[in-house]
Amino acid sequence: MGAAIEYLTSPTMIAYAVIVGIVFMGLQIMAAVMVYAERKVAAFMQQRYGPYLVGPKGLLQPVADILKLFFKEELRPKAADAFLFSLAPIISVAAAYLAFAPVPFGAPTDFFGLLPEKIALQVSDVNVAVLVIFAVASMGVYGIVLAGWASNSKYSLLGGLRSSAQMISYELAYGMALATVVMMAGSLSLREIVDAQSGYWLGFLPKWYIFPQLVGFFVFACAGVAETNRAPFDFPEAEQELVAGYHTEYSSMRFAMFFMAEYINMVTVSAVATNLYLGGWHGPFIPPEYGWIWFLIKLGFLLFIYLWLRWTLPRFRYDQLMSFGWKVLLPVATVNLIVTAAAVLYFGL
Amino acid sequence: MASDALLFYTFAVVTVIGAMLVVSQKNPVYSVLSLILSFFGLAGLYVLLEAPFVAVVQIIIYAGAIMVLFLFVVMLLNVPREDAAEWDRSHPLYRPTAVRLGGTLAVLLALELGWALSRTSGLAAGVGENRPAVSSVAELGKVLFTDYMFAFEVTSILIIASMVGAVVLARKRED
Repeated sequence: MGAAIEYLTSPTMIAYAVIVGIVFMGLQIMAAVMVYAERKVAAFMQQRYGPYLVGPKGLLQPVADILKLFFKEELRPKAADAFLFSLAPIISVAAAYLAFAPVPFGAPTDFFGLLPEKIALQVSDVNVAVLVIFAVASMGVYGIVLAGWASNSKYSLLGGLRSSAQMISYELAYGMALATVVMMAGSLSLREIVDAQSGYWLGFLPKWYIFPQLVGFFVFACAGVAETNRAPFDFPEAEQELVAGYHTEYSSMRFAMFFMAEYINMVTVSAVATNLYLGGWHGPFIPPEYGWIWFLIKLGFLLFIYLWLRWTLPRFRYDQLMSFGWKVLLPVATVNLIVTAAAVLYFGL
Repeated sequence: MASDALLFYTFAVVTVIGAMLVVSQKNPVYSVLSLILSFFGLAGLYVLLEAPFVAVVQIIIYAGAIMVLFLFVVMLLNVPREDAAEWDRSHPLYRPTAVRLGGTLAVLLALELGWALSRTSGLAAGVGENRPAVSSVAELGKVLFTDYMFAFEVTSILIIASMVGAVVLARKRED
């Protein structure tokens, strides 16, 4: 017992607990920041002011939103399946948090000399991280589908079914894009994939996989946007057709959980894209100990692209994504995989 | 280690209870969800066996497969609940032949299980010890494409055959 307590209170274990806390709180804060950023970016693109009353420059708007959601009445339709109706948002938000667990966000650090050894800046260094993220993301879809089914309302059901049909159409291409990067790095661990991207080609071009894998990045980005149900692929919650889709019947904190899951998923997909294609925490000018700054810059840029897409592109028709996924993305990703495999074999990268 | 055994029994119980719920639930949607629960327990067992790759891959594959199953349950079976009254005596499963055949199979299965259990020497041998050499993905791939090449290719032929069969069956007849 004494040994166990000593082990649990060793500086390394405390540091791990701190990292878990940072990731947990960080994701929540990112979600709140994204709510604000989304409204400001939308306003900017539509030449409006956006939120500006609550706090300086409207910065406290997310706080006001959260307070409002807390105090709203929780409603459940009579015909809804009580158990699954409550379970669905929990699945969504739990999967969203879980998916970030194997994502590294900085070089190994000893916290400015506080620790005897360097530890990895990530919750858990799984050696099949890429697959774990893929698996957890597909579990998150269950939250949406179950919400649609359990609400017992036609709009919710249609939204949920669209979500599952959507998942079937983008997942294969998504997997192919992941496999291509895995092949180039020769590892399934995100940490090793990032480390394979350190250094420069020809002395100036960073060894990021986005340069040789532009096609793969495009496939990954399309699938990522579809996975997070963001415009132009936001069919499960298409307002004009389905009221609010799968979360039509949800209110208060249960709705907030879906909302949070969506934003956290955006952060996760962007973080994974940063690690897979943009070299993670590697970059010029900033010393490796502060690599997380580069990571945050790249993450912020990708998140901005998410917002940019949403307020620029109109929504596709829902069958268009399916034919796009099966007839364009999948063949492109497959050809990309084969070409990359041949290149890796030939050049021995 | 004690914690290993504790984890093993937790996951084992989750797996078995999930599997039992699959067949005992009246609502097909709950059955499908219990199946996922069972697979999660199974994945935990794989992780305990130092095979994280197998654990994750089976979740990916079955999560996708169960999603399709879910679609079928929701869209094709337009009954929210199986009604016990509809299972009358005229149902094919109540025919004497079916009962005899099923009974024979059940007895055989029970005998086999009993035989297998009597042959294993204690449960302690399974967890942790005798670590298989194929824990890494690269090793697994090599083994799969050399030693088990034939089985691998035959499986892919089987899957293609069932895929083609499904397409043929699902296509509308043009007559």
